[in-house]
Amino acid sequence: MSPMTLKPGSSAQSAYNLRSTLPESHERHTLSVLVDNEPGVLARVIGLFSGRGYNIESLTVAETDHASHLSRITIVTTGTPQVIDQIHAQLERMVPVHGVTDLTVLGAHIERELALVKVASTGEKRVEALRMADLMQARCVDVTLESFVFEIAQTSDQIDAFIELMRPLGLLEVARTGVAAVMRGKEPME
Amino acid sequence: MSTEMTGAEIVVQALKDQGVEVVFGYPGGAVLPIYDEIFKQNEIRHILVRHEQGAAHAAEGYARSTGKPGVVLVTSGPGATNAVTGMTDALMDSIPLVVLTGQVPTFMIGNDAFQEADTVGITRPCTKHNWLVRDTDQLADTIHRGFHVATHGRPGPVLIDIPKDVQFATGTYVAPEQARTHTYAPRTRGDRAAIEAAVELLERAERPVLYTGGGVINSGPRASALLRELAAETGFPLTSTLMGLGAYPASGPAWIGMLGMHGTYEANMTMHGCDAMFCIGARFDDRITGKLDAFSPGSRKVHVDIDPSSINKNIRVDVPIVGDIAEVLEEMLAIWRERGAKKRDVSAWWKQIEEWRAVKCLTYKASTSTIKPQYAIERLEALTRGMDRYVTTEVGQHQMWAAQFMGFDEPNRWMTSGGLGTMGYGTPASIGVQVAHPESLVINVAGEASWLMNMQEMGTAVQYRLPVKQFILNNERLGMVRQWQQLLHGERYSHSWSEALPDFVKLAEAFGCKGIKCDDPADLDDAIREMLAYDGPVIFDCVVEKHENCFPMIPSGKAHNEMLLGEASTEGAIGSSGAVLV
Repeated sequence: MSPMTLKPGSSAQSAYNLRSTLPESHERHTLSVLVDNEPGVLARVIGLFSGRGYNIESLTVAETDHASHLSRITIVTTGTPQVIDQIHAQLERMVPVHGVTDLTVLGAHIERELALVKVASTGEKRVEALRMADLMQARCVDVTLESFVFEIAQTSDQIDAFIELMRPLGLLEVARTGVAAVMRGKEPME
Repeated sequence: MSTEMTGAEIVVQALKDQGVEVVFGYPGGAVLPIYDEIFKQNEIRHILVRHEQGAAHAAEGYARSTGKPGVVLVTSGPGATNAVTGMTDALMDSIPLVVLTGQVPTFMIGNDAFQEADTVGITRPCTKHNWLVRDTDQLADTIHRGFHVATHGRPGPVLIDIPKDVQFATGTYVAPEQARTHTYAPRTRGDRAAIEAAVELLERAERPVLYTGGGVINSGPRASALLRELAAETGFPLTSTLMGLGAYPASGPAWIGMLGMHGTYEANMTMHGCDAMFCIGARFDDRITGKLDAFSPGSRKVHVDIDPSSINKNIRVDVPIVGDIAEVLEEMLAIWRERGAKKRDVSAWWKQIEEWRAVKCLTYKASTSTIKPQYAIERLEALTRGMDRYVTTEVGQHQMWAAQFMGFDEPNRWMTSGGLGTMGYGTPASIGVQVAHPESLVINVAGEASWLMNMQEMGTAVQYRLPVKQFILNNERLGMVRQWQQLLHGERYSHSWSEALPDFVKLAEAFGCKGIKCDDPADLDDAIREMLAYDGPVIFDCVVEKHENCFPMIPSGKAHNEMLLGEASTEGAIGSSGAVLV
């Protein structure tokens, strides 16, 4: 990283991280944050996002290491590259945060979300709903004569698609967990 | 020593083991057990303030002038909420504070008990970190971690909320060395490759500037010493933010004055025209940059900061270096010397700067009939320069004039509310400074409106015989608000003056201190001498010109090279887009 290779006067479009400050499109990033599972830690993270005006598309949290009381928070956020970098740095400097991984930057990773989708219909629509669920690899976890509850664990896009398919077939309500994500391959995130 | 103690004993023992000498506080129901323990010992001095906001600002003044963390002890509910402004101020200006608050007993939390507030919830965004301690066994560990977090990395306030039953219960004490502090370990050593790139820029720069800030002072006296070496060896011009004044001496050859909204013409033009900017412990605040996309358009920028989130927040930089200022400067100087301390001839650049300096941007119209506020500060400076002196300020025009007309040759001598801009900061801060430096001259340069916000602390000054000098520039106006209304809001002076000001001399007497009033420039020197000679707190009512504006000024939304230099050029200078900004 030699500043000498930069064109003088390039600061408005600084070569550090090689991005333009010209109108930037928003990017969607998935961040994985390992935190101490202490009281208030989720409020701290959410407070950072609301206080500084960052977006949260989804956020999931649960303790993932019971022995050392560590929780993993997976956040899907959108913003300009500069804002994404800020979010990363702001999260990283929080005292209970052990590490922040920007999975979108790192590349190949798996994202999954779980949804429970309730569909109520009869006759032909009911048959069609069951057939679509089968095609989309959704599992029926509750059934009555007039309804199904499907469980689908997929990427957020595919869940969106499934919900759209169910809409004309008697969609009643949906509960979604938000995204959980890990890197591909044998390397851990931290 | 038994390691089994009550929570209240643990608090006092932990403070002693952390080397705390002074606590600023105010008792109340939820901290009575701790106050009982304070009563039984003599090692830690307790300063009783008159309002919890005063405790926090006094602790800030203490911390800023000593480099040690300031400690605050207040009760639950209103005690804690009153301290919120001070904590926010400390967060913005990176001042290490450890705030201990009482809380209702654990079994009453959440029941809307008397004097209950969700203190950790309220203070989460205005502290670096906070803790509610529910178990006496965790108390010592948490307090030690609190001190560690407050003083490591970018300093800031922490809060520890201690329910009353936790103070009464017995638990195990652990010493600071046994506390779990290792989990918070910010990086202090800069990246070698980045420092090398910065040195390369030092060598190649034709129009350089060193732009320094409060981070140099927070890093400690070693950082200021290294900065002076860097400036001396490179011969580069140096400017500083409001928070960084004193890190480099105002009498030094590299000094071109403060930069920013009310900085000097030469400093801002140097920033605008430079080809290499070395930002050391500053954060490209909006008061510094002015219009972002016109900020120093032709420069490559190096940014040294201990807080990674400061990098590229407002201004993209070319060479970011995350680390402690002293460590980074040490390595930078070592590499620079290793490579032969080569630099380009910057005399042409200095010649240009001297031309800008010749504009004499701080010139004001003198008067023999009324005291000009700038004149008052100039005389105060002339009569106290060279003394063992500490200066605090309130917020507003007087603050900017003090920054423009006073010179600081050492770090930790200038205490002001920069980031948050807290009116009412100066009086309690001056008390905190005087507690830390009982033999030194401590002056609070104030405006009458700011000063009234925490004037109750004069009671503290009198009680503890703290000879703080309150130098009030009294224009019977909220001067900076009035200036903005004149420049931006069509001279509609909405609620920016006071019609019922107290008689400050009588007020001084009522507090049991000395009052001096001066309204004639001919008498000013004698009056200031009288203030300095008096062995006790003084309230100095300096009646000044009512409609003086603070110049130079970069109007909101304008660039550094679009400064207003004086009254003549102000008409219509700020567009409607600028009026939206603060």
